[in-house]
Amino acid sequence: MRALIEELCGVFGPSGQEERIREVISGQLDGLVDEMRTDRLGNLIGVKRPTVSSEGGKRIMLAAHMDEIGVMVTHVDAQGFCRFTTIGGVLMNSLIGSRVHFANGVEGAFGMEGSPLARERPTPQKLFLDVGADSKEDAQVQVGDTAVFRSSFGEVGDRLFAANLDDRIGCAVLIQTLRELESSPHEILAVFTVQEEVGVRGATTAGYGLEPEIILAIDVTATGDFPQATPMEVALGKGAAIKVMDRRMIAHPKVRGWLEDTAQAFDIPYQLEVLEFGSTDAAAVQVSRAGVPAGTVSIPCRYVHSPSQVADYNDALGAVRLLVNALSGEYPS
Amino acid sequence: MNELLEKLSRARGVAGHEGEVRAILREALAPYVEALTVDSIGNLIVRKGGSGDRGQQRVMLAAHMDEVGGMVMRANADGTVKFRSVGGLDPRILPGKRVRIGAQSVPGVIMRAPHAARSGKRVAPISDLLIDTGGAGGILPGDMITFESEYEEYGRLLKGKAFDDRVGCYVLAELMKGDYECELVGVFTVQEEIGLRGAGVAAYAVEPDVAVALEGTVADDLPKQHDVSPTTGLGKGPSISVMDRSAHADRRLVRILTETATAHDIPWQFKQPGVGGTDVGTIHLAREGVPAVAVAVPCRYIHTPAALMDPADVKNAIELMSRALSGPLGRPLEAERSEA
Repeated sequence: MRALIEELCGVFGPSGQEERIREVISGQLDGLVDEMRTDRLGNLIGVKRPTVSSEGGKRIMLAAHMDEIGVMVTHVDAQGFCRFTTIGGVLMNSLIGSRVHFANGVEGAFGMEGSPLARERPTPQKLFLDVGADSKEDAQVQVGDTAVFRSSFGEVGDRLFAANLDDRIGCAVLIQTLRELESSPHEILAVFTVQEEVGVRGATTAGYGLEPEIILAIDVTATGDFPQATPMEVALGKGAAIKVMDRRMIAHPKVRGWLEDTAQAFDIPYQLEVLEFGSTDAAAVQVSRAGVPAGTVSIPCRYVHSPSQVADYNDALGAVRLLVNALSGEYPS
Repeated sequence: MNELLEKLSRARGVAGHEGEVRAILREALAPYVEALTVDSIGNLIVRKGGSGDRGQQRVMLAAHMDEVGGMVMRANADGTVKFRSVGGLDPRILPGKRVRIGAQSVPGVIMRAPHAARSGKRVAPISDLLIDTGGAGGILPGDMITFESEYEEYGRLLKGKAFDDRVGCYVLAELMKGDYECELVGVFTVQEEIGLRGAGVAAYAVEPDVAVALEGTVADDLPKQHDVSPTTGLGKGPSISVMDRSAHADRRLVRILTETATAHDIPWQFKQPGVGGTDVGTIHLAREGVPAVAVAVPCRYIHTPAALMDPADVKNAIELMSRALSGPLGRPLEAERSEA
């Protein structure tokens, strides 16, 4: 799965333009699912039918989002510098010094008006993108073009460094889960969603279309394990996190209990997650139609939404083990 | 420019009070459409060209009937009226503006409340403003408040109130007069300015294959200190949205529109990405999702009593949409592929 994570992290896919990452993931799903389709908003849906029939079998939607945060060009000035707007929750403080890549391979560096020694906080109005052009005509990008944050994929022991572990590591966990899941009483709806970062939009329509009986999102979560972090119990390397609550969702106690019981039964380390900012695709599906019991398996990740995100490979492996064991058995009655 | 556009601009209708606008559109469109219904929330839905063949592409066009304005909170004993905004009003432009109140269209003028006049704040929030009606009676809490403004020509431009989104209603009405191979469902929506409320339920009911919101949008093309983006510019053609706060446009639809415009020599512009929102915000999330995009006529001083727009942009918006509907917009979308 390590190679898979690295591969997925290298693919372009800002919210609203998930074509390339969808193609790569659909290649990975070949042979792992019984049916595959792309819905009208662009969600990639893989259906794996139950291998054993059982009353404890459910229609379970697993959602990992394909999209990543980025920027979009709003104006190219006479000198070829670009003004931009953000796609998703981009942290202004992280922009200066980071690099972006456009779909056509053009690179972008952020600059800020005024002296480099100024102590002002960067604002979107003051910042611009240098795309290597000397004039508007020379610029190889235009209004509406998008770019994603990129830094080379890095590894130090089991710590992984990338700009978009959110949520490519979740996509990898979902693919790996399908690879390892040999038998299941459940109908698995593996959904690689679009536009999560701009308001869980893909999950909203996929949840409606698929009418699952249970929704599990697979996404990264913040941690409280670095200097002066917002107090939070989750830390890297201590296992996958089972969500209790975030800003938009309280996990269904039974879904959460199912995951916790599985972890305990199979001796899989886990942590309970209470996230005070952000949410996941599960929140959108939870309130779809007449409501869907919801939970989330999270991979702890530091510096989420910055261009250098750090996660621990063992937590991703733990998430796969937790999901495979939970899905191999029945849902508690 | 046009009698229908003038009527629509003059009509009074903030969110929740779209009846007058709806009546005008009903009358104007009855001869041209096959079915005309009003749903439970007040959207006017008109249909044309549905042969019942499900292979046929169903295209929904949406334009909102409501305009920004206010609502009476309390009629005071001293003849003043306390009010709040319905939709986004800029408090900086309000003092001194003439308004009309309620179904009786009682005239009044907005002023700073006496206590606020002494507060020293340069811009009074709406909570510190009152309307002076000269003591007119019959004003009740909940009455709508609209700007008073003439529809007239300013040079080559048109000036009036409520071009957002009566110009969209006008464009949609004109398009409904045409004949296309696709099934065309026009929806004149309610309550857009307070959260895209009408469009969401309409899209749920209509179940379109694709949708286009027709809008009036911000033009801020006057000279600026910096070479930064104008949202749109007057006279540069209809604007096409790639992304705003409410939605990402379907890239295939963006391509269809830009290619159609280019092929027919129709001027067009991208709306500055990232700002504003349209009915697309709720339409694209209806049911299993609806590929959608917004096309707009640029308006300076939108959300004020004196919006300005270029009749050429209106004409070109109709031309672009009409060409697109007769062409690829009226046919099923192809699967989206990466361009790499």
